Amino acid sequence: MMIAESIRFALSGVMANKMRSILTTLGILIGIASVIILLAVGAGTSNAIKAQIGKLGTNVLTVSRQTTAGGRSAGGGQAVTGTRSRSTNLTLQDMAALTDPVMAPDVASTAPVVTAQNVTATFQDATHAVATFVGTTPSYFSISNDALSAGSYFSDGDATNGTEVAVIGNTVAQDLVGNQVNSAVGQTIALNGQNFVVSGVLASKGSSGLNDPDDIVVIPYSAAQDKFTGYSPSLSSITVQAKSADVMNQAQNEIQMILDARHNVTSANRDYQVRNQAQILTTATTTTATLTILLGAVAGISLLVGGIGVMNIMLVTVTERTREIGIRKAIGASRGSIVSQFLIESLIISLIGGLLGIAGGYIGSAFPVLGTQPEVQWWTVWLSFLVSAAIGLVFGIYPANKAAKLRPIDALRYE
Amino acid sequence: MNNAVIHLDSVSKIYGKEEAEVRALDSVSISIERGDFVAIIGASGSGKSTMMNIIGCLDGATEGTYHLDGIDTGTLDEYQLAQIRNRKIGFVFQNFNLIPRTRAVDNVSMPLAYAGVHRKERRERALEVLDSVGLAARADHKPSQLSGGQQQRVAIARALVTNPVLLLADEPTGALDTKSSHEILDLFESLHANGRTIVMITHESDVAARANRVVRFQDGHIIEDHRLRDVNAHPLATAVPL
Repeated sequence: MMIAESIRFALSGVMANKMRSILTTLGILIGIASVIILLAVGAGTSNAIKAQIGKLGTNVLTVSRQTTAGGRSAGGGQAVTGTRSRSTNLTLQDMAALTDPVMAPDVASTAPVVTAQNVTATFQDATHAVATFVGTTPSYFSISNDALSAGSYFSDGDATNGTEVAVIGNTVAQDLVGNQVNSAVGQTIALNGQNFVVSGVLASKGSSGLNDPDDIVVIPYSAAQDKFTGYSPSLSSITVQAKSADVMNQAQNEIQMILDARHNVTSANRDYQVRNQAQILTTATTTTATLTILLGAVAGISLLVGGIGVMNIMLVTVTERTREIGIRKAIGASRGSIVSQFLIESLIISLIGGLLGIAGGYIGSAFPVLGTQPEVQWWTVWLSFLVSAAIGLVFGIYPANKAAKLRPIDALRYE
Repeated sequence: MNNAVIHLDSVSKIYGKEEAEVRALDSVSISIERGDFVAIIGASGSGKSTMMNIIGCLDGATEGTYHLDGIDTGTLDEYQLAQIRNRKIGFVFQNFNLIPRTRAVDNVSMPLAYAGVHRKERRERALEVLDSVGLAARADHKPSQLSGGQQQRVAIARALVTNPVLLLADEPTGALDTKSSHEILDLFESLHANGRTIVMITHESDVAARANRVVRFQDGHIIEDHRLRDVNAHPLATAVPL
């Protein structure tokens, strides 16, 4: 009963000075909206990275050469030159050993990776700087979840014979032949001046905004060794697919056992490293989480400023309406009813600001930021609602108390 | 005291401390009977406003006891005092003190809201009382749309709506022209004729002359307590020149 009355009195108070109420509401609105949007951007980025890594395969391990040669830590003051020439290379034989069903029961398949930097693709007048250039075997496609948009992969025979065929990503095809990407199949393109026939175009994986997985050219590993890295039996890395995401650690241990024996090293002086996608995922998630917290903190500060704005306005309102408070007390308003009237007034302002801020947050999150679609998190909506209510209470309690503590005779005498 | 609405027993009100001590009221004792129409007069600084604040439970006495309708107000806490003001006293102020931007009917029904009366009933009673002061047609007007006399009548309606034992008026005609003043005083007289207890503070002797009893204050003391008419006498019936 009395609460309904307090709400009615508070509403008329809010309406009494519309412009001021709107501006105060705006402070909360901006604060809440920015919290929601920035956290949505953080979540969107994080999810995009996860999705991208997921597309690369969550059960994939990468064995790569350690650039700092092994034996260094063990050797102490010993010259480094000798160790560099040691068998720090990953070879096809290493790769073959990893598929041993007895020694490595958790490994499903493997693919060699030979990479080259600064490869430029040209087709007629069009050129494209390739971001990712990979020489490998056909098993690479299934390991990294690459689907074809048109044409075909190259065969195992092509891989060993070094046939000049290439499978190109969507972005590369688009740059070279235009929007009809599938028309690239069968065309002869030049990679650093050497002719390759496009055998297939990969289906788009979509960009995450950070790097483009479609900016890729895949050719047989032996062709890459022949024509790009200079012939050597070494591989840049070996991509290993575990039987499932659950046996990643077992697979990693098996790989390390096999390679330690083959390279004659121990865990102390390994000349290679095994990374699994789960670790990369963790690293990426941690990074984006830090970023999200920073963004959220900045937004939180603007929300705090909005809250102080509410308190400021409520103090002005109380001073301005001192006489009204005196009248109300004279005709029988208790402290409690004065407190609730002003507290509800600040609650109304901050809750309206909060609700509009949530709406603003949703609207603002509809637009991509830096190529990433922000994803509004449910918990931020609830949190925002609660925070705006809390702001109304916390920043309203002092002015409301100040109003209630006024002595009626002083308040009535106030001009 | 048994029939007294107001009973003050050696009430003092002291402002300041020690050297700067000011006795706004100095050991004042008075009883006001039910149904009486009393005017409290005095120059400014005589203590009449302090008297009004204490009678109205807006301020507490420093010394002495004050019984309102048989209740010792000195023992009440702030919440209970708010309830006393709400149920027992109707205030009428010099400058009307209506809540701005609020319709007359809502101003009048506000004490009932604090008394916890249901909304619908509140409105009915407010309209009734507005009708009794002749302002039924102005119920939906805001204070700024009413003349001074009309505003004061809304304020009187607000004071009467809880049916209090005491109507306490502080310079009710102070901000009004002569014609409106007469209307308000006529209204007070008819309320008194209906058995209302009225205490009116004023500094104008012709206004005080409309009361049945005139109490004069000076320097915190009652220096004159003059009964013009019997407690329940109606001045229109027994016109006595001052």
